[in-house]
Amino acid sequence: MLELKNVSKRVGAETHIENVSLRLEKGSLNVLLGPTLSGKTSLMRLMAGLDAPTAGDILIDGESVVGVPVRRRNVAMVYQQFINYPSLTVYENIASPLRIAGVPAAEIERKVREAAELLRLTPYLARTPLNLSGGQQQRTALARAVVKGASLVLLDEPLANLDYKLREELRAELPKIFAATGAIFVYATTEPSEALLLGGHTAALSKGRVTQFGPTIEVFSRPVDLLTAMTFSDPPLNSLSVRKAGGNLVLGEGVHVPVPGAATGLADGDYTIGFRPHHLYLDRPGPAAVELRVPVAVTEISGSESFVHVDFAAERWVALAHGVRNLEVDERVPVYLDPDRFFVFDTAGRLVAAPPAM
Amino acid sequence: MSDVTSTIAVPTRRARASVAGNSRGSARFAPLIPATYILFLMLPIYWLVNMSFKTNEEIQSRFTLWPENFTFRNYEVIFTDPSWYNGYINSIIYVALNTGISVAVALPAAYAFSRYRFLGDKHLFFWLLTNRMAPPAVFALPFFQLYSAFGLIDTHIAVALAHCLFNVPLAVWILEGFMSGVPKEIDETAYIDGYSFPRFFVKIFMPLIASGIGVACFFCFMFSWVELLIARTLTTTAAKPISAIMTRTVSASGMDWGVLAAAGVLTIIPGALVIWFVRNYIAKGFALGRV
Repeated sequence: MLELKNVSKRVGAETHIENVSLRLEKGSLNVLLGPTLSGKTSLMRLMAGLDAPTAGDILIDGESVVGVPVRRRNVAMVYQQFINYPSLTVYENIASPLRIAGVPAAEIERKVREAAELLRLTPYLARTPLNLSGGQQQRTALARAVVKGASLVLLDEPLANLDYKLREELRAELPKIFAATGAIFVYATTEPSEALLLGGHTAALSKGRVTQFGPTIEVFSRPVDLLTAMTFSDPPLNSLSVRKAGGNLVLGEGVHVPVPGAATGLADGDYTIGFRPHHLYLDRPGPAAVELRVPVAVTEISGSESFVHVDFAAERWVALAHGVRNLEVDERVPVYLDPDRFFVFDTAGRLVAAPPAM
Repeated sequence: MSDVTSTIAVPTRRARASVAGNSRGSARFAPLIPATYILFLMLPIYWLVNMSFKTNEEIQSRFTLWPENFTFRNYEVIFTDPSWYNGYINSIIYVALNTGISVAVALPAAYAFSRYRFLGDKHLFFWLLTNRMAPPAVFALPFFQLYSAFGLIDTHIAVALAHCLFNVPLAVWILEGFMSGVPKEIDETAYIDGYSFPRFFVKIFMPLIASGIGVACFFCFMFSWVELLIARTLTTTAAKPISAIMTRTVSASGMDWGVLAAAGVLTIIPGALVIWFVRNYIAKGFALGRV
């Protein structure tokens, strides 16, 4: 079990990690989710022991490991860049942690073959890493992490630099590969969809703080605050400051919508609502939906989906719609809101009402 | 207006042809420029080789483009007379010592400059280079005093150590450039894999900067090989370098021109050999690895 207790990391005047506490269980899959510069890599480096925290304590199985040099820890780490030893062959690259550990040659041979088979590197064992494609290089780095049999496996956006198809494949395989070893598995990513696909637990990071840690689905469906909801939504969550007055939410410009069921018990006052892009509809979803007429700012078409950016009040919202929607800029189009899909946050950004799970 | 622009943008066939014709005309003479340059560069070297195969009588009496009485006597003198060939041996010993010491000392220093931030690192790094700015004559007197005090005068190690003054900073600069080209994550991956620092450095890191080490060795070799003043100041007989021996060829029988020329030729050869080995990396070395 890996435990971080009120860990902070400051470099000069900059705060990279601010008062983070986490408990990662043995054999668990944990996702660190956050945008770039949110502190994912800094946190991983602290877990690995590459950096020491400026405050707080890091415990493995109840014993503090702060100050234990990284080479005495049983850790494996894979970087976003493809990091291998360029002067060694793929075989020697994979064998390297075993050679250092003094594993007998026959067992090295067996383990390297096994890992190479698992990551489909067998035909390339005699080559040097720089003569391989990016995907093969990253698989070499992953194979090295596999053979080590470390109790803590840290993967820092390992698939970010790979092409789409390979990413899909490896993302499905990776948790299986490491789950068998019973290690604590930590996976950093910027993509909410990747976190959902991996499952397990997710720690949402924002500006060096862990805003929420829990089962991935729970963090997704009940984010504790606006920051977490923003982090765990791609494209970002649409938001708007509103005022609750009686049975209505005032959206500004005299637009009133009925208060969503989950929020009826709230006191009148100022709130922030948030809703996901696929809950901003271009077609009327049902009779309860509220219609707004808004100008189009940009339309992005990905083929099966269209991202329509629209302006409302001072906010820029994104609507995610199926199919190709070819809309002119500045064209005023009807969009529909379903109040039952609103997340409601108080002025401090804490969640006060969430839509029912669907 | 549009006509004008199109004329400027797309030259007519005739205009293009004449431009091409001009450049073809000058292209005919273009090889002459480097050829002349190389001729001027090679002339003194040719003359040195030429003289080394002549007799003293021929050198002093006539102007001949090639040796008329071809002789190996000058080389024979050098290879048989210990006062000559010991000069080469001395030079090679202290140059090799210096190259070894400089690179061995510069490797960890360059690693520190490349990988760690510490108080005043940039100033210290620049200060290293300023050691190369003072002429060696400045250091000759203090060195003589200090080395005398420690009884090191006329030893190979004295010259080797003295040359570290300007070779260590140079090697640090070159190696730092090459090392900074290696991602820091490789170091970290090695530590995570369980490598100790020395093992990582020798097994993983040094092969990655092998060309940098080669270039650093070459520069150390070159500067130590050609340096005369400090080498001569710190030696008397036992460790006297070849360049110092060449400056005192005036004997009772007058100047021995032929032997001097042969000594000159033999002095060029080691440098040429070393250049051959690092020829592919030399440009990168001059850019201090930052290519």
